[in-house]
Amino acid sequence: MRNPQLTKNGELQHLLTIDGLPREILAAILDTAAPFTEVAEREVKKLPLLRGKSVFNLFFENSTRTRTTFEIAAKRLSADVINLNISTSSTAKGETLLDTVDNLCAMQADMFVVRHASSGAPFLMAQHLAAMGLEHIHVINAGDGRHAHPTQGLLDMYTIRHYKQDFTGLVVAIVGDVLHSRVARSQIHALTTLGVPEVRVIGPKTLIPTDVGKLGVRVFHDMRAGLKDVDVVMMLRLQNERMQGALLPSPQEFFKYYGLTADKLACARPDVIVMHPGPMNRGVEIDSAVADGPHAVILPQVTFGIAVRMAVMSMLAGN
Amino acid sequence: MPLPDAERLCAALADSLRPGLHPDTALIGIHTGGVWVAERLHAALGLKTSLGSLDVSFYRDDFSRSGLHSQIKSSDIPFEVKDRPIVIVDDVLYTGRTIRAAMNEIFDYGRPARIDLAVLVDRGGRELPVCPRWSAQALQIEPGKNLQLERSKAGVLSLRLIDA
Repeated sequence: MRNPQLTKNGELQHLLTIDGLPREILAAILDTAAPFTEVAEREVKKLPLLRGKSVFNLFFENSTRTRTTFEIAAKRLSADVINLNISTSSTAKGETLLDTVDNLCAMQADMFVVRHASSGAPFLMAQHLAAMGLEHIHVINAGDGRHAHPTQGLLDMYTIRHYKQDFTGLVVAIVGDVLHSRVARSQIHALTTLGVPEVRVIGPKTLIPTDVGKLGVRVFHDMRAGLKDVDVVMMLRLQNERMQGALLPSPQEFFKYYGLTADKLACARPDVIVMHPGPMNRGVEIDSAVADGPHAVILPQVTFGIAVRMAVMSMLAGN
Repeated sequence: MPLPDAERLCAALADSLRPGLHPDTALIGIHTGGVWVAERLHAALGLKTSLGSLDVSFYRDDFSRSGLHSQIKSSDIPFEVKDRPIVIVDDVLYTGRTIRAAMNEIFDYGRPARIDLAVLVDRGGRELPVCPRWSAQALQIEPGKNLQLERSKAGVLSLRLIDA
């Protein structure tokens, strides 16, 4: 079966997941993002690429950073951006996702940026658009359930490449609540596709999926052992809102064993970088001294995220 | 048809620019061939303002038809554009669409005092009202052919005619 995110010519039609995307496409997105970073330094911080296009932000789940950076990215590309406030919209009155999509298509939508609590919702939209003969309308997954958050994965790769230049000699550790994290899945697929030789996941047994080893990662339950000699630490947010039942005794205990402190970080390489997708729970998964310390690249991640999203939107709109 | 020597054209172009330059004049080369020519001019003219470069991919008028190509360079304008005389430098002037895109991009950095255009070769075939102030050579090239500037490993510039 053809990858549903690619056109028949192998170009990116939608961005739904990093899983299954060839390395050349990931590299092309990172390469294309680089010249977009320079736009922020101009007097007029706008490019005409999406002029006259309508981008609909459909956020069925809360988000501040992702929605805002998508909005800034689309506006810097001169698109018209429409943010739908779902909690007060027709969905709250009972409209289905696909009916919402049909209505927005009737309003001449060109691109959907969608976040949804259900894994696969953006796939469903892309399939529906194909079935309706609306292949010119593009879908970007801004996070679906526990499944994927591809632009976060890509901006993380851009950040790593910015600081480390090359992926092929790195040891990267992903730490924390892997079980509930769509970010972790996108990161793992991106890191392995781009040729990182050793990807580790670190966390308590209850928060690491039992079959995660199939993705080509090494599992550690002891944080100090897992952080030994790593080049990059990617922290995850402890997702209290996705936890049903008692997977953890308490946030305090989690911090004791898996919170990133300067003391634990000392096990990593001296030039280690520390990343976090936000929002951070200080004192739960990361200590303030590390979050604000010299190894943290958490705010540059946010800035790079705008350029990466501009690159993705431009590539989709041009294909 | 024998093509003219690109290095000789660069030298001739520098000579024709020299009398028309202001002390604040800045050169902006268009990727990739235009940047090579601009480097030659910048050295020959001894300009004090750093050289600028543009990749006009983000401003092209055929984006919706052909999308983005993969190897886009960053534009680099290392000087204040506002109130400065600017010379756009390109290797081959054809339809004029690249120059329009370049002018649009320059205005996003500020309002220049003026913009002039210097090209190595004017091959005719304009589709927009664009006219170079300086052109080292006019050549009639049939449609369907591309005149391309190339740079050897030793850094020598030469012109080549290829099928479009």
